[in-house]
Amino acid sequence: MNLIELFFESLGTLTLNKTRTGLAILGIVIGIGSVIALVSLGQASQQAVQSRIESLGSNLLTVEPGAMRQEGGVRGAAGGRTSLTWDDAKEIASSAQITTISKVSPELSRRAQVITGSNNTNTQVVGATSTYADVHKITMSSGRFISNRDVEGITKVVVVGPQVVSDLFGDGANPVGQTVRINSQVLVIVGVTESKGGTGFMNQDDVIYVPLSTAQKQLFGANYLSSIALEAKNSDVMVEAQDQVGYLLLARHRLTDPSTADFSIMSQQDILNMASSTTGTFTALLSGIAAISLLVGGIGIMNIMLVTVTERTREIGLRKALGAKKKIIIEQFLTEAVILTFSGGIIGVILGIITSYFLSGVVGVGFVLSLSAIILAFFVSVGIGIVFGWYPAQKAANLQPIEALRYE
Amino acid sequence: MIKIKNISKIYQTGLVETIALSHVSFEIKKGEYVAIMGPSGSGKSTLMHILGILDTPTSGEYFLDGQKVSQLTEDEAAEVRNHKSGFIFQAFNLLPRTTALNNVILPMRYAGISKEERVERAKKYLKMVGLDDRLEHTSNQLSGGQQQRVAIARALVMNPAILLADEPTGNIASVQAEEIMKIFQDLNTQGHTIIMITHEADIAHYAKRIIHLKDGKIVVDKLNGKQRKT
Repeated sequence: MNLIELFFESLGTLTLNKTRTGLAILGIVIGIGSVIALVSLGQASQQAVQSRIESLGSNLLTVEPGAMRQEGGVRGAAGGRTSLTWDDAKEIASSAQITTISKVSPELSRRAQVITGSNNTNTQVVGATSTYADVHKITMSSGRFISNRDVEGITKVVVVGPQVVSDLFGDGANPVGQTVRINSQVLVIVGVTESKGGTGFMNQDDVIYVPLSTAQKQLFGANYLSSIALEAKNSDVMVEAQDQVGYLLLARHRLTDPSTADFSIMSQQDILNMASSTTGTFTALLSGIAAISLLVGGIGIMNIMLVTVTERTREIGLRKALGAKKKIIIEQFLTEAVILTFSGGIIGVILGIITSYFLSGVVGVGFVLSLSAIILAFFVSVGIGIVFGWYPAQKAANLQPIEALRYE
Repeated sequence: MIKIKNISKIYQTGLVETIALSHVSFEIKKGEYVAIMGPSGSGKSTLMHILGILDTPTSGEYFLDGQKVSQLTEDEAAEVRNHKSGFIFQAFNLLPRTTALNNVILPMRYAGISKEERVERAKKYLKMVGLDDRLEHTSNQLSGGQQQRVAIARALVMNPAILLADEPTGNIASVQAEEIMKIFQDLNTQGHTIIMITHEADIAHYAKRIIHLKDGKIVVDKLNGKQRKT
């Protein structure tokens, strides 16, 4: 029998018992589809977590007033420290000793009541320069961020986060051009930032930005900074950058002993560590999910193939009694298994992709397709299907015809 | 043509041994028409399965056309089942959900006969057993007698030298049984060797020779002096 004839013969046999064929295909579809959906969903979650961590800013160093660790004495409130100045920040940006820092963002941040018409909200007010957006990866959904001209001209403009927009103006409103009042000053909204996610205390959207000069002189009457954010040139020079900035500031503050420093420098190393351990956990989790779903899917396929082919032992006996050679019987059952598993496999892949698309929408993470999961699921399932279609068939074909015919 | 020597078949179920055939020997020449009779459990069907190479004896030798059957390879045995012998099962053993036509076509497919010839020959033999109006009926749409006749057409379609029939008239009304016996008789006149199992004496009397089995042994092996003709 040639291949084409064999293919159509097998197709004919498969259509004879539609329920059995349908169940076998369904088993394979579920096996493959669930692996693809689960792994894709897992990878999408992983990417969502990673991108949220990365959105905090990369290669970030933060200089804050006050020592990181003081033995004895009383620690004042963070806002009460006044040792960092804008000049410190300017010096870090311009000094020839500092070779590892690419961006400097001086910041003064306080909580304040923001009022507009009848609404008001208590939120974080950040005095920032134009570099803030670069360092902290702020992107705009409308309008613009604080510019250098705003900082130089001490203009009364404000950029608001999406949470503040919905608190003050309602969801989806575009408040650019409207005004808000902070500490009796009227400021014009010039931009709205893109959402960065986060909830509750960690909400990165519940914030408003004003020019640093405006914050110091008009709003809070303070000539110091609450922090300086620094971006290192790359992640390899973080430690060196920490040292360079540390020595510069010690010299500027006329301190000789690093243990008496009136500032502290924290690197983003902690966050990076967190990110990499998170990624590790996810990778382990994903491998687990993939392994379990492959196992479950594989056992399902194994079962259905074993049952459907074993059920046909009598048929194999009859075919042998009528003069079929072993080779022909095995060819026929192999062809049937290939048709079953490939059609089930293709449907499973399509269904898996559709399911992961909808699931990612429901869960609220981006749609990610894992090509490796698709390939792995497809070939493992097809392999299992073919092996467990072939195995009982060859076992039955090895029996004496009458033994196979008597099989119950 | 067929020569068996000291054939025994013992089934082992757990510790219990069942002797189905015990030292059976006979010879059947080309063109003979043999009826095998005996009570149920006498080993008739087992003997038939061994003759059709569907089963192997526990001991003893079987020569088919001078060839020792135990020395045939798997594929050679399949060839014999396909070309030389046609088997009619007591339980019909039609492929389920398959049309009468396709059931009859099946052995020809394994013989590598062209598609056109298969259909033509299958139709011819189905017509011979009076089922030319049931070609596209599947097994479960046919009555027991009709299924029996499809099984007969399937056994004859390869034009085998030896026809082995296990209760070929068991499910058929006597009028139809006579038709089947007519077919057998015609085949026998053409030179085909026929061996059939039956428990009905009047059916057995269509044969030229009658063998009686009891408890796995031959008790009577005689020529039928008063052979019936249809």
